[in-house]
Amino acid sequence: MSKIRVLVGTKKGAFILTADGLRKDWKISGPHFAGWEIYHVKGSAADPNRLYASQTSGWFGQIIQRSDDGGKTWNTPGSSAEELKGPEGFPKGESNKFVYAGEAGTHKWYDGTQHPWEFKRVWHIEPSLTDPDTAYAGVEDAAIFKTTDGGKTWKELPGLRHAKGNLWQPGAGGMAVHTILLDPKNAQRIYVAISAGGCFRTDDGGKTWKPITRGLKSPYELPDPDAEVGHCVHRIALHPSRPDVLFMQKHWDVLRTDNAGELWNEVSGNLPTDFGFPIDVHAHEPETIFVVPIKSDSEHYPPEGKLRVYRSKTGGNDWEPLTKGLPQKNCYVNVLRDAMAVDSLDKCGIYFGTTGGQVYCSANGGNSWNAIIRDLPAVYSVEVQTLR
Amino acid sequence: MIRVVLPFHLRNLARVDGEVQIEVAAPVTVRAVLAALEEKFPVLRGTIRDHDTLKRRPFVRFFACKEDLSLEPPETRLPDEVVSGAEPFLIVGAMAGG
Repeated sequence: MSKIRVLVGTKKGAFILTADGLRKDWKISGPHFAGWEIYHVKGSAADPNRLYASQTSGWFGQIIQRSDDGGKTWNTPGSSAEELKGPEGFPKGESNKFVYAGEAGTHKWYDGTQHPWEFKRVWHIEPSLTDPDTAYAGVEDAAIFKTTDGGKTWKELPGLRHAKGNLWQPGAGGMAVHTILLDPKNAQRIYVAISAGGCFRTDDGGKTWKPITRGLKSPYELPDPDAEVGHCVHRIALHPSRPDVLFMQKHWDVLRTDNAGELWNEVSGNLPTDFGFPIDVHAHEPETIFVVPIKSDSEHYPPEGKLRVYRSKTGGNDWEPLTKGLPQKNCYVNVLRDAMAVDSLDKCGIYFGTTGGQVYCSANGGNSWNAIIRDLPAVYSVEVQTLR
Repeated sequence: MIRVVLPFHLRNLARVDGEVQIEVAAPVTVRAVLAALEEKFPVLRGTIRDHDTLKRRPFVRFFACKEDLSLEPPETRLPDEVVSGAEPFLIVGAMAGG
């Protein structure tokens, strides 16, 4: 029988939630890396037992952790006693070394001046679809790094910051590459999203990048609402069967593109508010998408204190609220951008975590919800592995 | 042997209990102690001071013999009591909420 493994990053550690395909009885493991902020944990599609975790701290900086046994044990790549016995010149303890390539350069600062790029933390790790030792890291200040040795060393793909990086600027939450989407049909194509830089695409494996923001409008955030860069894109998502179709939750607005980002169209439709953070796509229905509307950029909680996931079965515009099993009064949590994921069982499971520490699961495509766990630290990220 | 007390999270990261002891060739400075510590525990590289600039991370402090050495130049020699092993060199996570 299939198994589900949910990887949860929180403000004070990582948790691993496992269940069989019924998704009713859950085992909880954690906290792993107790007391550290865990921005993201994600498994490799090529080897589901290979997990990467971004562990970070305001005191001690960035740590990359790796598990080769599905989260039972963890190591900082390149630092174990066994690895240190390796040949001379073997990288030692450099899995947390993120150094921008060449001159770090500058980006726009809050006061309009230029500010030097400074590495702060890894927000998102995206393992390769085919090689467990290859992964990409989206970092703050915004840039993308790549490892090809299982996380022992990381090198920047600097072409991204050449895409008008001097005009990107931090939002209140910082300036980070928070979404990395690998095209399953074209190994040379990668999409990234940056707050507040916009959305970008490479067609040559990361050497060169171009903004893909035509159609985005940000009249309350940018002096030029149609600017090529600077938009606060909160999250993008795709269905693997149609990687040219992308869905976006922007600061305000939900949008879609049918041509790999060449043109975006708003599909907010009848949402009660089109502000929000996560967006995801049903595993088997490429036109079924999910968002969690949040009242506004000034009030980061659900409208009317009702936690509602909205589902569109038409790729946007027509939305229905999903409320069964979710609190419908006095709920003032937020759902962060990396805190929603889907499994790929026949009855697609949808998962999301909240800043109040709940992780919810729907085992029936969103029709009803149950809390797997309720009292974790604030949830930063949720990823799901379907293990067969 | 120089005795070094690490903060809770770095002890966990280095997988050690209590104090660690490291050999440091004279002169025993802050920089020399940190270099020896990182050599013995590579996982600590980047967590106490920056990988490249070797600047102390802002919320990490260095104490010895009831003195705060955090703002002293890294070539500052440590007190004789630390060099002799009578007193430890403390690496401390600065007070902060959250």
